[in-house]
Amino acid sequence: MATALQILAPDGSVVGETPGLPDAELKDLFVSMMRIRCMDGRMLKLQRAGRIGFVGTATGLEATLVGAAAPLRRADWLWSGLREGGAAVTRGLPLSEYIAQMYCNANDTAKGRQMCNHFQHKATNYPSWSSVIGTQIPHGVGAAFASKRRGDDVVHAIHFGDGATSSNGFHSGMNFAAVWKVPAVFVCTDNGWAISVASSAQTAAESFAVKAKAYGMPGRDVDGNDVLACRQAMAEAIDAARAGDGPSLIVLKTYRMLGHSSSDDPTKYRSDDEVAMWAARDPIARYERFLIERGILSEGDRASIEKDLLTEIDAVIHEQEAAAPMALKTLVEDVYAEVPYHLRRQYNDFISVAEKLGHAQPGDGAFPL
Amino acid sequence: MTTMTILEAVTNALDYEMSRDDRVLCLGEDVGLNGGVFRATQGLTEKFGEERCFDTPLSECGIIGTAIGMAMYGLRPVPEIQFMDFIYPAFDQIVSEAAKMRYRSGGEYTCPMVIRTPYGGGIRGGLYHSQSGEAYFAHTAGLKVVIPSTPHDAKGLLIASIQDPDPVLFMEPKALYRAIKGEVPEGEYTVDLSTLRTVREGRDVTIYCYGAMVPVVEKAAQQAKEQRGIDCLVIDLRTLLPLDEEGVIEAAKQTGRVVVVHEAPRFCGYGAEISAIIAENCIEYMEAPVKRVTGFDTPFPNTLEHHYLPDDRRVLDAIEAVYDF
Repeated sequence: MATALQILAPDGSVVGETPGLPDAELKDLFVSMMRIRCMDGRMLKLQRAGRIGFVGTATGLEATLVGAAAPLRRADWLWSGLREGGAAVTRGLPLSEYIAQMYCNANDTAKGRQMCNHFQHKATNYPSWSSVIGTQIPHGVGAAFASKRRGDDVVHAIHFGDGATSSNGFHSGMNFAAVWKVPAVFVCTDNGWAISVASSAQTAAESFAVKAKAYGMPGRDVDGNDVLACRQAMAEAIDAARAGDGPSLIVLKTYRMLGHSSSDDPTKYRSDDEVAMWAARDPIARYERFLIERGILSEGDRASIEKDLLTEIDAVIHEQEAAAPMALKTLVEDVYAEVPYHLRRQYNDFISVAEKLGHAQPGDGAFPL
Repeated sequence: MTTMTILEAVTNALDYEMSRDDRVLCLGEDVGLNGGVFRATQGLTEKFGEERCFDTPLSECGIIGTAIGMAMYGLRPVPEIQFMDFIYPAFDQIVSEAAKMRYRSGGEYTCPMVIRTPYGGGIRGGLYHSQSGEAYFAHTAGLKVVIPSTPHDAKGLLIASIQDPDPVLFMEPKALYRAIKGEVPEGEYTVDLSTLRTVREGRDVTIYCYGAMVPVVEKAAQQAKEQRGIDCLVIDLRTLLPLDEEGVIEAAKQTGRVVVVHEAPRFCGYGAEISAIIAENCIEYMEAPVKRVTGFDTPFPNTLEHHYLPDDRRVLDAIEAVYDF
């Protein structure tokens, strides 16, 4: 297996070529990673308090999200899986929309229809995923085909996890993308575990990256806990795709530090030693040491950045706690462009009962038939 | 007006829509230079180029999955699934993704596409070239399910489907592809989705049918008239989802005697829904129990397919049974 691309060693020392980015941009990468970690912490607390239903954290994966999102242009598309919400925030999803989606409240642009942790953001071209593993992969390929046909210079980043490499969507998506030579980058975040199944149990191949070769595209292993390496690999893959050189696969090797979700107990299937080994490779601590060494951060800056982020997040949580629940008519809206007769009738039958029971709000009334 | 087959009407509709709107494109297995195994896309690659009508790798999941991405990105893809029997690898993409895109995104993302697929028996195709899978898809909110039975409707419904803002499963009765010819207007016209077609007026027995069963029912209705003087009201449902429920109820009330005919298996088949709608809405008008004439609850047979498929004799028997009840 080829050596994974690495720019920063786990101790923060430079072992590759650092990008020629201005200090402010280098610091932004750090703040974006910290924001994701702070959000995870707050969301878990809300879930434990029973305020929201489900959290799939990205703790430990921050470098993959920020590094892969940073080189994308605003017009580029990001096709997501479960844990890419932080990438969306990095690209401009407002915290208020992120938290509204976690509450599934009336401010949620998806009208509270998806369970928690299924974000979308039209302004930065980030559709939500469905929960079915790997299905977004061919979607991204089809959209990339449309981009190529339109000649619009847009690149499609298609994210998925190690488990999804076993799915139909991965196979058909990789195959169609290479045959059509579309402007797409496949981003496999290998976080070690598909719920309780180790990534080593997903494939007998030497690595996930070598799979790319059989489809006729380049594949590259990257240290997923090194934000500069993630950013560099992604930038090169995006440039190639935009230049018309076709798709490629990058595999970001990292580790999911917490459970699959707030409903999962990872101590059942993995060892404390393994977790401790990865804790020592923490992507935020590594990058912090590099920034301090560069003089971009000082000791103690991390604590004040964290404090500011938590203050900002807490204010948004407070605001979203007060949001209204969904209007009852959204039960039958958006199934089709127009609410068809049978759904109007089903809703009217329902609302007449709700009205009798006093459950209906003003505005919940019947549809004209 | 021109006289053409259903197959020619499908090609004509695709040609027309591809000329009108350059976002419309056809993709699938063998749909390019070969023109599709039934020749429904014959000549489209030559006329519009490989960018607009092209072959894909052999994966239904990939065909529908990528078509969804194209639709979300603003194209109007018309993917073909070569036989409906091959659609199941794409079931997840159709049911979980295309059908739910508008709803799950609160209307932010939509998926306007038409999945064309030949369905049904009568060509000695055995288990895997003969199935009628409409019930699986008619159970899927967010999807539209359309089945023409005449050349006129094939063109008008296909154009309406391509122009529709929601995903449509367009099932083409392959047994009728070249079996009947009919008058088809030149140029653009649409047949509204979710509308019924009255095939034959009658006051004694209402028969609901669609697709390849329509000519079978017409023949039986003619025999009922000739042999027994029974006047059958024959309704071609044309769009199974969303169904014109009011029209179905109205047609049942007109006669009080109902037969439903489809070639798909009976249990939880589309006829069960028609029967339930009538039971819930107008049972007081009924003079006889509803009778279903359908395929068997078995896999599709091969050599005995002509016994499996409802024919005019079985339909006539059901007409007489509800009439004489």
